[in-house]
Amino acid sequence: MSLISGRKSGLTWAVHISTLCLVLLWVMPTFGLLVSSFRTGDQISNSGWWQALGTQETRVPPIRISGDEVETDGGFTIAGNLFGVDGSNVTLWGTSSQATQAYEAGQTADLSDGMKLTVMVDGSFALTAPDSFSDKRLPRVFATAVIPPEFSLDNYRTVLFSPLAGQSIGQAFLNTLTVSIPATIIPILVAAFAAYALAWMRFPGRALLVAAVVGLLVVPLQLALIPLLQFHNWIGIGKGYLGIWLAHTGFGLPLAIYLLRNYMVGLPKDIIENARVDGATEFQIFMKIILPLSFPALASFAIFQFLWTWNDLLVALVFLGTSNDQQVLTGNLVNLMGSRGGDWEILASSAFVSIAVPLIVFFAMQKYLVRGLLAGSVK
Amino acid sequence: MNPALQAVVTIVVGVGGCIGYFWLSNFILDTVIFPASGPRAGRNINRANMVRPWLFLFPALVALGLYLAYPVVATFLLSLHDDGTFVGFANYAQMMSEDKFWESIGNNILWLLFVPAASTAFGLLTAQLTDRIGWGNVAKSLIFMPMAISFVGASVIWKLIYDARPAGQEQIGILNAIYLWFGGDQPMTWLTIPFWNSFFLMAVLIWIQAGFAMVILSAALRGIPEETIEAAVLDGANPFQVFFKIKMPQIMGTIVVVWTTITIVVLKVFDIVLAMTNGQWETQVLANYMYDKFFRAFDTGVGSASAMVIMLLVMPILVWNVYNARKEMR
Repeated sequence: MSLISGRKSGLTWAVHISTLCLVLLWVMPTFGLLVSSFRTGDQISNSGWWQALGTQETRVPPIRISGDEVETDGGFTIAGNLFGVDGSNVTLWGTSSQATQAYEAGQTADLSDGMKLTVMVDGSFALTAPDSFSDKRLPRVFATAVIPPEFSLDNYRTVLFSPLAGQSIGQAFLNTLTVSIPATIIPILVAAFAAYALAWMRFPGRALLVAAVVGLLVVPLQLALIPLLQFHNWIGIGKGYLGIWLAHTGFGLPLAIYLLRNYMVGLPKDIIENARVDGATEFQIFMKIILPLSFPALASFAIFQFLWTWNDLLVALVFLGTSNDQQVLTGNLVNLMGSRGGDWEILASSAFVSIAVPLIVFFAMQKYLVRGLLAGSVK
Repeated sequence: MNPALQAVVTIVVGVGGCIGYFWLSNFILDTVIFPASGPRAGRNINRANMVRPWLFLFPALVALGLYLAYPVVATFLLSLHDDGTFVGFANYAQMMSEDKFWESIGNNILWLLFVPAASTAFGLLTAQLTDRIGWGNVAKSLIFMPMAISFVGASVIWKLIYDARPAGQEQIGILNAIYLWFGGDQPMTWLTIPFWNSFFLMAVLIWIQAGFAMVILSAALRGIPEETIEAAVLDGANPFQVFFKIKMPQIMGTIVVVWTTITIVVLKVFDIVLAMTNGQWETQVLANYMYDKFFRAFDTGVGSASAMVIMLLVMPILVWNVYNARKEMR
């Protein structure tokens, strides 16, 4: 089309640039959190994640000079380094909290009792005095240092294994897995049989049932919470994994039946009728022909259901307990947002643990996801 | 029992149980009740074929009935009761006397007007742009990606964007950094500014849903017959005319589907508000209001009443979908 319009180059550039802007706008939020999850808490609170690659200036907490004195001609000296590790560069320093940036690196400060202090760029210092330091209070140094960028996996180590907000993310991860795998597999089979009946069997009331499934697709599950919780308590399973598996199965069924029926209707009629003529039972036709042929639709639904059960918060809050071995990732994350709202290093890495699996599934199976979406909406 | 072990057992029992049920029930039907042999073989086969669909449908019907249809009725009944005594519409009256309820309705209307419109518009724009360039599929993937992120995860992501530090400190939220860079006088705590804060929450949902809209609309755009566009171009239509006068009308049906689907998501939106503001600073929405009533105030009556309001709002879309589905079946 653009060839015909004859103004290809200008328009094409505009398209490239606006697409790039949109993509950056869409990726930027996630990317910001991802970068933050590798930075230390201090770094996150001292500068924005977009400055993560630059060196940053921070005020180092006051350090009291310490070390062994050495007697030199005419006085005593203590020498050493302010920082245990290298990499930091002192730019400005001072010896009182009122004037923390009184001196530049390399300058020498005259202190009381004839003491002189020199702090160099690399953090090394030399304190000299005419008398022994033995009974004197040594000065404190307030340094402003430039720290090179630093990325580490420490945040992930912390959140995965230590119980923050009462539960470690590692445990919550396992719980989420426990919820979502059965809740993905069980509805598929139940729905596949029903979808086959709705697609290929003739019986009175079929059209009505299909309409009912379409209607149930949009029923808000908010309505189901209290009646079902009461029902679960009544039959004695209460809050727990069994309850949430059943609930997710029920809530996932309309979409499953709808997607699978739409797909199965499109399967070639001849195959099924030939099999019937050859004397195959309906059960055999279903297991040996329909199920393998419907694999793409089964895969699409499985991805939807997995993403939905993994990412769900509401159903888990209602049908699962909040104990250590039941709370899921989303619930844990909401708790962390409440109790550790300012600790971005913890929040960022926890959030990434919780969205890692869906993102992997998404990028690996995108083809099926798109196909399922199109089958579900465009038809 | 260890939950992981329980999960494995459930999968085995569930899958095995399903296959066992279908196999056994078909077997009994074909060989015991209506055997396809003997003097009345023909009649038996017909009868078996009349019963069989219901065998295939039975587990699904039970689950659908119990987990989706029954709760609608039960919730309606609960909304008419208070601690087990029938109170008529008193719960609804009480709900309507609460300011928080009207605040939720107001916000929900804002969400309903803004989110589907913005998501569809962004979706249409990105679909139109990415279809024309070589790296369009990569761009699509990246814009579609938020779809895989949970609402809670997205809330954490966006909370960092909206983060505010006291004036004078280095800002770590990019919105404030940009705001100050463009000459804003002091950092804003975006989520606490009534009315506008709802839009900051909506941005999260738009960010998630635009990819969905894009995927569907992009397929619809590609389905438009080339000839219609070529004809328009030959007649001297400029690209904007082609888009708004030729393409848009042809994908109107799909736009409606996308719009209604996102509308439903909006009506149920809960996680984002719970995680980011929990309804404070006048950001309450119906679904979170309902959750508050059920699980914080333990007021089942009013909670059910507000759930029924959500159902009522979904109803027109439900009827429309069913109507279309029936039209297609014929």
